[in-house]
Order: sequence, then structure tokens, then C-alpha cells
Amino acid sequence: MSFRLEPRANPSLALKLAVSLAAALAALLLVAIPVLFAGGNPFSAYGLIIQGAFGSMFAFSETLNRATPLILTGLAAAVAFRARLWNIGAEGQLYIGALAAVLVGSGLFAMPPALLIPTVMIAGFLAGGLMMVIPTMLKQRFGADEVVITLLLNFVVILFVQMLIEGPLKDPLSMGWPQSVPLLAEAKFDKLVPRLRMHWGLIVGLAAALLLWLMVRKTVLGFEIKAVGENRAAARFAGIPVNATMLKVALISGGLAGLAGVGEVAGVKGYLSADLSPGFGYSGIVVAMLAGLSPIGTVFAALFVAAMFVGADSMSRATGISNYLADLVVALSLLCVLVGGFFLRFRVRYERRPALAEGR
Amino acid sequence: MDVLIDIFGSANFWAAAVRIATPLIFGVLGALICERAGVLNLGIEGIFVAGTMAGWIAVYLGAGLWGGVLIAALAGAVFGLLHAVLTVILGLSQHVSGIGITLLATNLSYFTYRTALPSVTSPPRITPFQPISIPGLSDLPFIGPALFAQTPMTWLALILVAVLAFVLYRTPLGLAIRAVGDNPASVEAQGLSVQGLRIGAVVAGSALMALGGAFLTLSAFDAFFFGMVNGRGWICIALVVFASWQPGKALLGALLFGAFDAFQIRLQAEIGQIVPGQVFLMLPYLLSILALVVVARRADYPRALLQPWFKGQRH
Repeated sequence: MSFRLEPRANPSLALKLAVSLAAALAALLLVAIPVLFAGGNPFSAYGLIIQGAFGSMFAFSETLNRATPLILTGLAAAVAFRARLWNIGAEGQLYIGALAAVLVGSGLFAMPPALLIPTVMIAGFLAGGLMMVIPTMLKQRFGADEVVITLLLNFVVILFVQMLIEGPLKDPLSMGWPQSVPLLAEAKFDKLVPRLRMHWGLIVGLAAALLLWLMVRKTVLGFEIKAVGENRAAARFAGIPVNATMLKVALISGGLAGLAGVGEVAGVKGYLSADLSPGFGYSGIVVAMLAGLSPIGTVFAALFVAAMFVGADSMSRATGISNYLADLVVALSLLCVLVGGFFLRFRVRYERRPALAEGR
Repeated sequence: MDVLIDIFGSANFWAAAVRIATPLIFGVLGALICERAGVLNLGIEGIFVAGTMAGWIAVYLGAGLWGGVLIAALAGAVFGLLHAVLTVILGLSQHVSGIGITLLATNLSYFTYRTALPSVTSPPRITPFQPISIPGLSDLPFIGPALFAQTPMTWLALILVAVLAFVLYRTPLGLAIRAVGDNPASVEAQGLSVQGLRIGAVVAGSALMALGGAFLTLSAFDAFFFGMVNGRGWICIALVVFASWQPGKALLGALLFGAFDAFQIRLQAEIGQIVPGQVFLMLPYLLSILALVVVARRADYPRALLQPWFKGQRH
């Protein structure tokens, strides 16, 4: 008996969904090993995670609150990866977006209060976008690999933010804590429900997912991104402005990550600090891959990843098992969905006898 | 000007430069082997973390220092094998697999540390490698402290540069590894296994990367800290381009980088009152980006880098 790989032309939606679900499940199963290693019971750990993430209105609100930046960084990765632009710098773009929000929203510039929120959002989007446009231009002009540059820029940006919040942007009323001056009240996002932390950033994230879905499906840019992502040389031959398309993708991708930063500052914290993001940018990559780069799927994948983080925190408090378990689930989901991608690309055919000749 | 003379004239400076370069030498060599065989290994950052953790905890639990080094290399090899299975055998995206390995190795290391030591407030310490001083040579000005007051792991790194250069350019195995990253079809035509060579290269390269991590906990410091790798792996990925995938130039690149880093640390001590510290901390990353941009145009990437190969495929 032998097996043969047959390329699959167009995997069905059902198959794609099945692969993502199977990947998430496989990650959860694999994580039973470290739970046992830590002396815990995997089933009660899973139970506590689910309860911690969805068990009460408060818990669910926390999960949605966590999912908000992940939807945006997930979309940032999804749109870039669709064009095969490897944006691994969402973490830095998030911080630059948050920084821009603080710069324009903390009263340094006089502005009618009604305009504050739109201005803060546009500033955050543009700042994040610029942070991705620069590496993309370096790639186009000099051939410099955007993966390494965006990765390294994450470190530069966080140091830059630390410098500002310990220096010129430092809040004089923060009792020495390195945090920025606060946003004006009019620049902050309202809560969606009184006394719960989830905020309008969630609506921004959902709207962004919908807009991106429309863009991918219905617009010329969506078509150009698809063409550029599938075969750059063919796209260029067909007269698609490849470089301009890549720059637009970079702006949108970085901008979405920047908006994630705006949401964390304007919706959650109210100020900028160096611990604003516990790796939302990197988790966004996992979210996008789990979603199969689909904008609508990103919302659900973000919810899954957020539930893991929120649930693992409460599981950790109850059992003493380290909450790095959530990061393990997330990392394993990425690897599992990658393996799942193999089955989307190929159909594995079993044959009784070894093939004598491999003809085409 | 006096500041510069003070810095470059001090023997400590040169010793620090070599010390800072050591983990990067391991890392660049590891990345170099993988990429020469046609596989980009972005798992490097996580494999570094796994090396810091595995090496340290082995020694903490009673293994000897060299035992720790071996355990670290094994941990790196295991993650390398995982990367090889995903990218070489299944032919999946090297970018995504690498990022996944980095996330997995990093968090598995942190999880293990937290599980093994649930409630430590200050990290426990071990007795790290001590510098070997060679009578006579260690007392030479400049070169003495830089070269002859280093720990055994620095020596290991320097020896590995020579070994790797020899293997790559003077042995049939090296020829096969270089060919597999440039023109896998030619290797298959020779009757050699493309996938076998690539798997071997990724596993060996990943073991080397983990040694870079182990140097941090077993030689440079004496404890494990969260976030102690801090982008060193990514810097190695940039340095390997700068070194045009050659072991000799990799050594040179790592040493230049070490000298620059040692310089900014001392400069910070001199003019830190005027310029915020973060500016200095940014410099290594900015320098890596600059190096990458400058050499990118004429970088001679291994031609089959990122391209999976299936046995018997036509092209």
C-alpha cells in the first residue's frame, strides 16, 4: 500500500471550517500533556477555562474585551498574509497607534470635543499604517526582507514608547509609574454596558471585519490583493500595479494594528504604558491563521484565543497551574492549523499497489 | 574624543565585545546551516529561549555544566526536528512554522520554569562557567583579556566556526548541504536524499541556536529571567544575511555587533545623563535593520531558500 498526494483545487468552506476546528481541538488535547506534567487534571482544567471565559456575564464581557484588540491584529495579519506580505510587526504597530492616540487625544492640541474620537482613531490608524508602509518600501526599494525588519521594529517601537512615557509624555500625577498623560474624557470610548469593561472598540473591530470582508469580496483592491498574493509575476504581467497594491495592503494592515492600540488606550486603560499589550500583535498572527485568513472567521478565532487567555487566568488562580498554558494552546493551535493546511492543499489518496509510473 | 579613547583603550571593552558576540556566533552559525540547506528557521528566537531554560534547569537540578549544554542542544534539536517535519516533509510555510515554533518553545520554556519553581521571587542562581586564563597569554595587552579570559563556551563557539567552515567547503557533506539549498534537483540526481539532508541541517542548526541560549544562562549570567533573550534570535537572522551565509563572515559580523553593543553600553555610562537610556538600547536593533537594508540588494540568498522539495518532483 502506498499513498499519493493530489493537489486540491478549491477546498470547500466546510472543509476549511473543519480544519480550523480540528486544529483548535487538537491544540487543546495536546495541552493535556503540560497540564498532567504540572500535576493537574486536564478535564477540570478545561472546565475551569470555559467557566472562566464564559461562565458569567462578567466573564463573557472580559472575553469580549480581550477579543477586541485580537480581532484587529488578526485582521491586520490576515489582510497582509493574503497578499503574501509578511507583517510580523503588529505588536509595534499597535504601540505606535496607541502613542498617536495619546498625542492627539490628551489635550496637547486644542480641538472641538466632538472631533476627538474620530481624530484619535485616524491618527492611530495612520501611525500604525506608516509603521508597516516603511518596511514595505524598504522591501520594494532595497529588497530587504520585511519579516526580520518588522520583527526588529517591534523592539525599537516599545523602547521608543518607554522613552516617551518616562520623559516628555510622562504623567506628572502617576506617582512615579512610567505611564503617559491620560486621554481627555471626550476622547475615550464609551462602555457598551454599564459596569462592564467591554467598550466601543469591539464595534470598531466588528465593523472592520465586515468592511474587510466586503473589500475582499467586492472591490477591485480585493481582487488585486488576491492576484498579488497568488502569483506576483502573473499579477504584474496582467497589469496590476503590484507595488502600489502592496503599499495599500501595508497601510491597511498596519492601520488595523494601530487601531487595536487606540482601542486599548481609549477603551480600556485611558493612558499608554509599556505593558499595554501582552503580545496581541503576535497572537493576531495565530488568530488570522486559525481563521484561514478570512475576515469573518477572524472574529471567531479572536474569540477563541481571547477565551483561552481569560479562562486560563481564572483556571490558574483556582489550580495554581501557570497561565502560560493559554500561550501554549495558542502556539499549538498555530502549528496544528498549519498542518491542517496540508490537508486543504492536498488530498491524500491511498492505493493498494505502489504506483508503477508517475505520469502526469 | 577622550571618551572614545577611554572606551577603545580599555581591555574590558574588548573582552565584553567577545562575550556579547558569543551567543550571536552560535545563533548565526545555526541559522546559516538551516538556510544553506534551504530552510528559513524563524523558530530561532524560541529555540534560544528553550536553550536558556533547558540548560539552566538541567544544571540547577544537578547536571554538570557540560551536561546542561548538552541538554540545551537536545532541546534545540527537538524543536528543530519539529520545524523540519512541518517544513521539509510536509512542505508547509517556513515563515508560519517558524513563528509557531518560536511561540511554542518560548511559552513551553516559561511554563516549565513556572511549574518547576512556582513561587520564587528572586531567580535561583547556579555556578556558571568560569573564564579560563592561560598563563602568559592572558596578560597580553588587549588581546589577552579579549581572547584568553573567556569561558569555555566562547572557545566552543570559535572552534565551531572553523569546524563549520571546514565541513561546508572541504567535505562532500558540506557540498551536499550547499547544493541542497541552491539546487535540490542536482542533489537528487546524485542519488542523495534532499529531505534527509535538509532535516539533518535544520536539526543540527537548531541545536547550535540553543547553545547560544545556553551561553546566556550558563556563562554570561547565572540565572534564568523571563525575556532574557530579547530579540537576539531575530538579530542572528539579520546577521546571517549580512554575513552572506559564510561562517567566517558570520564570526566577523557577530564580533562587530558585539563591539558595537559593548560600545553603546559604555557610551551610555558616559553620556547617559544627556541622552535617555532607551536610545542606546534601540541601537542594536536599528543597526541590524540598517545592516539588512544595506546588504539586501546584493545579498546572494541560497536559491532554493523557502522552497519545499518533494521526492521525485519535476520542476
